[in-house]
Amino acid sequence: MKSNRSKRSSSRAPLPKCPTGIQGLDEITGGGLPRNRPTLVCGGAGCGKTLLAAEFLVRGAGFFNEPGVLMAFEETEAELEANVASLGFDLAGLVRRKKIVLDYVHIEPGEIQETGDYDLEGLFVRLNHAIDSIGAKRVVLDTLEALFSGLRNEAILRAELRRLFRWLKNKGVTAIITAERGRDGLTRHGLEEYVSDCVILLDHRVNDQIATRHLRVVKYRGALHGTNEFPFLIGDEGLSVLPITSLGLNHKVSNERVATGIPRLDAMLGGRGFFRGSSILVTGTAGTGKTIISANFAQAAVRRGERVLFFSFEESSNQIIRNMHSIGLRLEPYVKKGLLRIHAARPSLYGLEMHLATMFKEIAAFRPHVVIVDPITSLMDLGTASEGKGMVTRLIDYLKEGQVTSFFTSLTQGGHVLQQSEAGMSSLMDSWLLLQDFEGNGERNRVLYVLKARGMKHSNQIREFLISDHGIDVVDAYIGASGVLTGSARAAQGALEKAAVLANQQEAARLKREVERKRTAIERQISGLRSDYESEAVELRRIAEQVGISTRLLTNEQAASGRLRQADAKAAANRRSRPRNGMNGNGHA
Amino acid sequence: MKTKTVKRHPTKALRRPAKLWQLRLYTTDQTSKSLMAFANLKRICETHLKGRYRIRVIDLLTHPQLAKGDQILAIPTVVRRLPNPVRTIIGNLSDTERVLVGLDLRATT
Repeated sequence: MKSNRSKRSSSRAPLPKCPTGIQGLDEITGGGLPRNRPTLVCGGAGCGKTLLAAEFLVRGAGFFNEPGVLMAFEETEAELEANVASLGFDLAGLVRRKKIVLDYVHIEPGEIQETGDYDLEGLFVRLNHAIDSIGAKRVVLDTLEALFSGLRNEAILRAELRRLFRWLKNKGVTAIITAERGRDGLTRHGLEEYVSDCVILLDHRVNDQIATRHLRVVKYRGALHGTNEFPFLIGDEGLSVLPITSLGLNHKVSNERVATGIPRLDAMLGGRGFFRGSSILVTGTAGTGKTIISANFAQAAVRRGERVLFFSFEESSNQIIRNMHSIGLRLEPYVKKGLLRIHAARPSLYGLEMHLATMFKEIAAFRPHVVIVDPITSLMDLGTASEGKGMVTRLIDYLKEGQVTSFFTSLTQGGHVLQQSEAGMSSLMDSWLLLQDFEGNGERNRVLYVLKARGMKHSNQIREFLISDHGIDVVDAYIGASGVLTGSARAAQGALEKAAVLANQQEAARLKREVERKRTAIERQISGLRSDYESEAVELRRIAEQVGISTRLLTNEQAASGRLRQADAKAAANRRSRPRNGMNGNGHA
Repeated sequence: MKTKTVKRHPTKALRRPAKLWQLRLYTTDQTSKSLMAFANLKRICETHLKGRYRIRVIDLLTHPQLAKGDQILAIPTVVRRLPNPVRTIIGNLSDTERVLVGLDLRATT
């Protein structure tokens, strides 16, 4: 009667849900398990059924003020308390505060002798008593199927189970019944035929020696639910289901820019570096300097007073500090100041989901401005391509939500820089720097270029970058006829140009000297000529003087003789002047 | 009902000295199954353990907290508290042979 009424109302109003408080599970189920109905949780051994159920109770008692009863058929109270204590649940404390009742039902196969007709009223009485003693709203029966091993009369058992589920519904409790995964059906003993409202399947698979847990809502009557298989993990704070597809693309964006710590690289990115809260991918083959670039970025951030969380999957924290010290990056003071946190873990330590959950937890605790993952590819190798991409998507979404700048390095294999996986991942990234090796002249040189940078003007130039004692220098690469010149080729080209300049200078100097020499030669000639001239002039003057003297002498002699012959001297003088006058007279005439 | 019993089988008696048998019958209310179980138990005990048994009937509806101690699931349940070890029989005890096996009375008959 009661169940009928609740069913009819559920067709009109949305099904009332009972939040589990388990991270992610409520997202998948759209609010929780169906309230006041039993839910079947099935799965193989060791896939986390009991922990899921226990967390359902602990969260209910702790957060939703719904006391719970855990009826355990496989573990004693003490064992249960110890087991869930590893998840940080204080079951014993909740039991003391009368929030949870633990009831261990011991069934020893073969110990019970069955004669004639019976029912399971004893179980009902116990459960009823436990529920009423604390006013429980939640009930867990873990693993009910143990009854099948203890009691042989299956006909009675099945009838009683059917009655039990009906009774639970009428009792108004939200119940989780766990069951072992069967070979044919969902459960070994076909419990799913009694629980028709909600069935959750847990699964523990091993891929490449790394185990991953999955959760799938097989059935949820009267409600929409995520039907995918969702990875989940059991951490030290309970279960968390990772609904990869549940996050949307609606985070706010920032116009603020963050410098990379390499001025020339900033210049290549429109002069001011990356956007805050953007995702940056740095790809390159081994030894191209990915870690160094990320450490530079980290140092630039901590110098601005920002917090940086560095996830290293290749080097230990101390190794990074030492190696970066060798190129002049001092990270240790910032680690001590608490601005930089290096979280180092081997990728193979645990599965992808566990890594992701650990990262989420670290990020939530440290609240960084910048997160660096070096390299993301080690993590992606743990799962399949789709799992890896899903993980990166979720990580980036999570970081963007919090305006955290994310910086991923990616190791590419061999000579192919653009691997398929990166092409897939690149769509998630806002900026993409590519580091490359150039081999030639018996040496290897590093170059860098900006493959993409969403929303900013960026350089199309390939730049060579040098790693020296004082960090990274980005220098222009020479572009020659044979391509980009780097390293010694660039140096050689530089030397060539220098030599040419020198030769020109030398030529100019030589010409100058030549001119000078000619000038002095000419001057010398001129002075020779002048001295010739001067000596000739002296000679001429001497001759002229001589001539003058002799003329004077002659005149004197003539004067003397003229004095001697006075008369005809005058006459002679007149004669000499007359013809001149006559000629003049003739002209006049 | 509390009486000392005569040792009929010395060899058995050496291994397990016959003492007072303490039996508990768990029921819920006066259902037909419970009534039948009590009648059957009484009959068997009178036949095999005359004078050296004690049956305590526990109604779980009035004492639900007692269900946990003896790990009661099914109703009716008979628990042999003494002699050790504890033995449990469920059902209306209509199959006398099985009750005898369950109570470990086969050897003593």
